[in-house]
Amino acid sequence: MDLSLLAELALNGALSGLMYSLLAMGIVIIYKSSAVPNLAQGALTMLSAYLVLAFAGRFNFPIWASIVLTMIVMFFTGITIERVALRRLAGRPIIMILMMTLGLDIFIRSTSLAIWGSSGRRLSVGISDEPLFLGPVLLNRTYVVGAVVAISLFLLLMFFFRTRKGIVLRAISDDYIASWSIGISVERGVAFSWAMSAVLSTSAGVLWGSAQGVNAGLAMLLLKGLTVAVMGGLDSLGGAILAGLLLGLFESVASGYLDPLVGGGSRELVIASTLILTILIRPHGLFGRHDIERI
Amino acid sequence: MLFRQSGILPISYASARALFPVSADRWTVGLLLAVALTAPLTMSSVFLSTQLLPWLVWTSAVLGLNLILGWAGQFHFGYAAIMGIGAYTAVHGARNGLPWEVAVVLGGVMASIIGVMFAFAALRVKGLYLALSTLALQYVMDWVISHVPAISGGTQATLQAPDMRLLGQAITSESSLYYVALTWCLLVTVFMLNLRRTALGRALIAVREKDYAAAVIGVHSFRYKLVAFATSSFIGGVSGAILIFTFYRAATPEQFAINVSIELLAMVIVGGLGSIIGSYFGAAFILLMPGLMNSVIGWLAQTLGLSLGAETLAHIPNAVYGALIMIFLLVEPMGLGKMYANARNYLLVWPFGYARK
Repeated sequence: MDLSLLAELALNGALSGLMYSLLAMGIVIIYKSSAVPNLAQGALTMLSAYLVLAFAGRFNFPIWASIVLTMIVMFFTGITIERVALRRLAGRPIIMILMMTLGLDIFIRSTSLAIWGSSGRRLSVGISDEPLFLGPVLLNRTYVVGAVVAISLFLLLMFFFRTRKGIVLRAISDDYIASWSIGISVERGVAFSWAMSAVLSTSAGVLWGSAQGVNAGLAMLLLKGLTVAVMGGLDSLGGAILAGLLLGLFESVASGYLDPLVGGGSRELVIASTLILTILIRPHGLFGRHDIERI
Repeated sequence: MLFRQSGILPISYASARALFPVSADRWTVGLLLAVALTAPLTMSSVFLSTQLLPWLVWTSAVLGLNLILGWAGQFHFGYAAIMGIGAYTAVHGARNGLPWEVAVVLGGVMASIIGVMFAFAALRVKGLYLALSTLALQYVMDWVISHVPAISGGTQATLQAPDMRLLGQAITSESSLYYVALTWCLLVTVFMLNLRRTALGRALIAVREKDYAAAVIGVHSFRYKLVAFATSSFIGGVSGAILIFTFYRAATPEQFAINVSIELLAMVIVGGLGSIIGSYFGAAFILLMPGLMNSVIGWLAQTLGLSLGAETLAHIPNAVYGALIMIFLLVEPMGLGKMYANARNYLLVWPFGYARK
């Protein structure tokens, strides 16, 4: 395998990995504020992609308008999910919370498939399919745009966490009994973080939808988003970006070398083994906070 | 009502240790057992082989998962993979001329060995991270089963299970297959009923409540986690093998994919964590739900005059299934088993509610 192919795999992988970070950041935002690992992030991504298509197709809105509309709808979807499903589970054992998000995942996934059908559709946001030439290396334009969006959203979030609302959220994630006692409404903060994460999933849905088509496969991005989130540390946004970059790079190169050997389909294997190894070697990830357990 | 007693008041050590301290329960169990044993005579063979038999086999698998999740408190998101290992090992064993009994036990042992590998993740992490690592292991197992031709017989392949021969007798009729499933389910149930009363069961519960605290009072928590993983994997492996031999008759990788793991978890949650009768309820509920839902939706569409696409109809049961998991967690997190226990506790002393034990 020659060097330019390796470079191509590595660069495209790293860029697509940054697009995994979009999902991972959504998971991290929710985990930070309420310690809920959101296994429905993939389903939310898929739902938002279908919503964009529905707005653009049914009402003939221009694509940017339907994206904005979807973001608004997803904002309220996030708030509703927190209010209806998760608020009452606060303080319950983690198995219940995991099952709740899994149930949510199944529910959102099958409802959107029941409404819009499972046949794959194209979502075009005006990014051309022409590859981008960088010397001898071909880059996928969608991945480039996705990586730029991911990094700018990350910077935006970093800025947001310096604002008043952001400081409130940081306080909640730090210690929510203390936040309660100084008069912060923890419930509203957690609901807001769900809403933010649902809005973030719209960006992931649009970008992944235009990269690989809108179908049930979008929900399968959950495993990748989860792996990135765990690798970066479940409560670290910066970790999600860096881990996305690393995982994308590793996945692309490793499966590029493995696929010819095993006859294809080794991406899942690479991702799943990375997740296992991460958990076994460094469960709190690159930048995550150590869990200290009281007896 | 049925019970006619005012609380459970043991008057001797033997009665305090009894498996079913209330005599009405003994009668109920005896009656249910009689119904189960005579089912091939009284029920139609279609009902027997498409509803009752899979329910019994899934129930034994759910009991196995309940052992690790409800008793030992360790997450296992890869139980379907464990069942798959047992099933594939047993089918390969039987195809290569091993007697059926040996092949099935071998399947259980193999599942147990690989299940202990899952437990090494439990040595390092717990809670959420254990759940995620077992989820990832499920993906790895899926991949290995479907991509190694020596196991699955090539990609997209089905592996035909040979006919069963139990103690030299060929077992082919519907009713004898049913009896095999019933025997296994009863064995697992009796094991689980008695587990609660043994030192092992109490140690597992101690580990579930708090593993450090268990270690402080002298329960070697890691050893018991290993035991729990091994035992529940054995039950899962044998159940998987029996599922293939008595129900599916051929093994394909999709039968043990990640969604089956989630379905098993849903059975445990809907039935109730750590509840034996709940495992029966949960398995029945999740297995019967899609068929029931289909007929309800078909009826609704007919009466309301709606025309729903085939695809919509195919996905609605799944949506309802997701919604049901959520509703159960919100309304009764301990599941159907707890609902049954509440009703029973109420009826036990009815109408003398003040005599509640």
